[in-house]
Amino acid sequence: MAAIISNIEAQAPMAKEPGWLGRAGRVMGLVFFTPLGGIGCSLVVAIVLIALFAPAIAPYNPAAISVKERLADPSLAHLLGTDQLGRDLLSRVIMGTRTAMTVALTALSLALVAALPLGLIAGYGPRWLDAVLILVFDSLSSIPMIMLGLAIVALVGPGVSTVIFVIVLYCIPSYARLVRTQTLSLKSRDFIKAEQAMNASTPRILFRHLLPNVIGPLLILACLDISTVITLEAGLSFLGLGVKPQIPSWGNILSDGFAVIRTTPLPVIAGGLPLILATIGFTFFGEAMRDALDPKLSRERH
Amino acid sequence: MTSTPAMIETDKLSVSVPSGRWLPFGKTPTLDILVEVSIALRVGEIVCMVGESGSGKTTFGRALVGLVKPSAGRIALDGVALPDFTSRSFRRVRSQSALLFQDPVTSFNPRQRIGSIIAEPRHITHAGSTKREDIVGLARKAGLAEQFLSRFPHALSGGQARRAAVARALSVVPRLIIADEPTAGLDVSVQGGVLNLFLDIRDEFRTTFLVITHNLSVARHIADRIVILYLGRVVESGPAEEIFRNPQHPYTKALLDSEPVPDPAHRREEPPVIGEVPSLAARPKGCEFHTRCRFAQDRCRTEAPIKTDVSPDHQVACHFPLAATKAASIPNLRLVSR
Amino acid sequence: MSAATGAATSISADAVSPVLEMKGLSVCYSGLVPAVAGVDFKVNPGEVVGVIGESGSGKSTLAHAVLGLLPKSANVTGERFVLDGHDMLTAGRDDYAALRGPAAAMVFQNPMTAFSPLHTLGRQLTDLLWRDRHQSAAEKRERIIAVLSQVGLPDPASKLDAYPFQFSGGMLQRVAIAAALLMRPSLLIADEPTTALDVTMEAQILHLMRELRKTSGVAILMISHHLGVIAEICDRVAVMYAGRVVEEGTVREIFANPRHPYTRALFACEPALIESGVSRLPVILGEVPRPGGCGCSFAGRCSLVEERCHCDSPPWVGVADRAEPHFSRCHRSAP
Repeated sequence: MAAIISNIEAQAPMAKEPGWLGRAGRVMGLVFFTPLGGIGCSLVVAIVLIALFAPAIAPYNPAAISVKERLADPSLAHLLGTDQLGRDLLSRVIMGTRTAMTVALTALSLALVAALPLGLIAGYGPRWLDAVLILVFDSLSSIPMIMLGLAIVALVGPGVSTVIFVIVLYCIPSYARLVRTQTLSLKSRDFIKAEQAMNASTPRILFRHLLPNVIGPLLILACLDISTVITLEAGLSFLGLGVKPQIPSWGNILSDGFAVIRTTPLPVIAGGLPLILATIGFTFFGEAMRDALDPKLSRERH
Repeated sequence: MTSTPAMIETDKLSVSVPSGRWLPFGKTPTLDILVEVSIALRVGEIVCMVGESGSGKTTFGRALVGLVKPSAGRIALDGVALPDFTSRSFRRVRSQSALLFQDPVTSFNPRQRIGSIIAEPRHITHAGSTKREDIVGLARKAGLAEQFLSRFPHALSGGQARRAAVARALSVVPRLIIADEPTAGLDVSVQGGVLNLFLDIRDEFRTTFLVITHNLSVARHIADRIVILYLGRVVESGPAEEIFRNPQHPYTKALLDSEPVPDPAHRREEPPVIGEVPSLAARPKGCEFHTRCRFAQDRCRTEAPIKTDVSPDHQVACHFPLAATKAASIPNLRLVSR
Repeated sequence: MSAATGAATSISADAVSPVLEMKGLSVCYSGLVPAVAGVDFKVNPGEVVGVIGESGSGKSTLAHAVLGLLPKSANVTGERFVLDGHDMLTAGRDDYAALRGPAAAMVFQNPMTAFSPLHTLGRQLTDLLWRDRHQSAAEKRERIIAVLSQVGLPDPASKLDAYPFQFSGGMLQRVAIAAALLMRPSLLIADEPTTALDVTMEAQILHLMRELRKTSGVAILMISHHLGVIAEICDRVAVMYAGRVVEEGTVREIFANPRHPYTRALFACEPALIESGVSRLPVILGEVPRPGGCGCSFAGRCSLVEERCHCDSPPWVGVADRAEPHFSRCHRSAP
């Protein structure tokens, strides 16, 4: 057996291949140390922390009504003032952050889980199946978002799960289409041909080889979408189609504030500002991630 | 050699792909990439398939394992023909063969490490050990040091990547290795190592090789038999030594003469063949080489030549094969004053 | 003895001023990593000079340095670097831009990517003549047609309205050569011009380049890794290894009598030079080191290595008793 060794490729002075943790750290460094990425990162971290510890941070019970203190101006007791029911706005904004993050993350995870296999099948499967799936995706995305929301709310009634369901339906077509395009281009690549020539089973090709290569771009898209989804949730809640009014959410704060906008703009600002900050934060973060993960910019060669 | 049984053989294997737009009436136009190629690869033999770009040599290698679907003809494995060209039928061929791609790095999953890439065929077949020390053994067999196993494909040099590809092929001990341009992009100082490896594998496992190349000097050193393709047709095939000594087809001769000779004293006055390979969409009538052949006559322009035997194992498809007396073209130069 | 003529002088010290002259030229990337380390090199008018070397030898960096095509992180230093009478060491970006074309033009490896896919060849070739404002469009057109027929493009007038994708690789490489010649350069740099082509087309392109040299008198700097290509058209050849020229001389002389162990190893590995029936093909073990270390850069792979090879840089000396010029950088060939 040993006779077969022709000559061992020389020992190259090698840079140690970093582990995944090391690489993740490097990517995060790339994200953080760009101007926009830094802003995005800070905002995202702040939002996530607020959402995680919302009950501990919120100074009051966000649902506690106090008729005496309706529409109070900002004071030391109520930093952002109160709304028309005398509820502390700051507490409602903080708890609203939690609602927004819950809805966004749940909806996006569900959408990802559903879209990945659909997109893989459309891209790798037989052509007729691809045609059928594309038809379904196109039909879904041709229905205006708000109409879809109205129809579903009419059927099952408003609530957090309805909002999540609407968002999932809204996200699946675009995610699945991204997965499908990626799969189509990977399918003709030599390493997939090589797997086929090695008699690899279709599930193995799909989940061991295609999936890890399509998931990166998909996660970045989802990251950029968090802001859209938060806005969507707020929009649906504003229209009364989303989260129930007693649950604090940015959309509900906006909606309540809208009723009293001629008296005081404060509730609208209190509901709108976090929305703007979250949108900016997640968009910057997502874009910085995309740049950091771009293989053309950070190909590590020895 | 003739008595050795064929490991895999093709009979009038053709590959056509649709070209242009599909129209509701009439036939969709097709491009014939391969036309009636009949070749037998005998056990333990290294066959080099030589041709210019567009000759269909890469397609032939891929059609053998069903990565490209043949449109007509027959493929027989150990004398038993495949019933059809579905991927189920090709599983039998695929389980006994390994394909080495022209650019090995693109044939590796960019997110897998080399170690896991080499073990991949064993994971698929559930045969053979995937323990680290066994994978290290495989890599060493292909001449790849252990340290490279933890690298990602893009961090390997051309020669290392090729050795990794060979290691992956060896992990299931294939009976047939199809190597597409195994020396393309390699420095001459490294080329020899890869070719030596092929010879060693053949000697140890009696593996059959189909080496697809455009480089005749490479073919000269490793081939037992050579097949020359032009526009998807076999124009000449025979034992390597005979092809080099006594090329019968003017195209074979032109290919041999075109290879630049590393000797400033042997400069060519004129290029051996002018013009370029015609488009597959506009195949010349008659003998397809007549547009570039300096010996072309009227008959060549109208009538397609059929394959004739020069010797039992040497066939040529030409109306006017070159005289056997013509000298071999690549001179066996020996360096002087060493 | 030739050692007297040797040390750090280049071949054929004749009266004509060279088209390209480099003395002690180094190229460093990011200020640290040298790609070319102290190269002395010269191309005389009308001469075809080959540079041969494997990947990592710095031959392409050398070619790109002449045209100022190196990335911004590259730093070019040296004693002397003259292209067509212009000092390139002090040249700025604008000077390079002015010299690209009239002084030197380049033909790249892959003709398919050398042209813009969106514009016709006529338009792209005309754009190259932007300097000649006094010429009318019709005059330029005639000039282009003349050059295209010079490179053997059949029916050139009708090809002007065609797009690059309508041509084969071989034809596009002819057009690329035409584009380079259009600006009447003193030096044509060809970076692996036939590597992407089939052998039959390679033979035709090499033939074309030889003809062009005869008819237009342009000097050619031929970069290649292929000994056959160098033997076919070059007058003189420089062998590069790890950023240095290790051997230089006329092609006849170097091919007949290689002196440097690296050159010899390279010849030994060339498949066309190995007799049929050899059971094992030779290889050079090991890897090309980073350029610019101390000692001889080939010491790590050399079969004739001695103690001094690791610590002392070998001198650049003429090989004795040869009729034609021949220099080598090896302790063993030094007297």
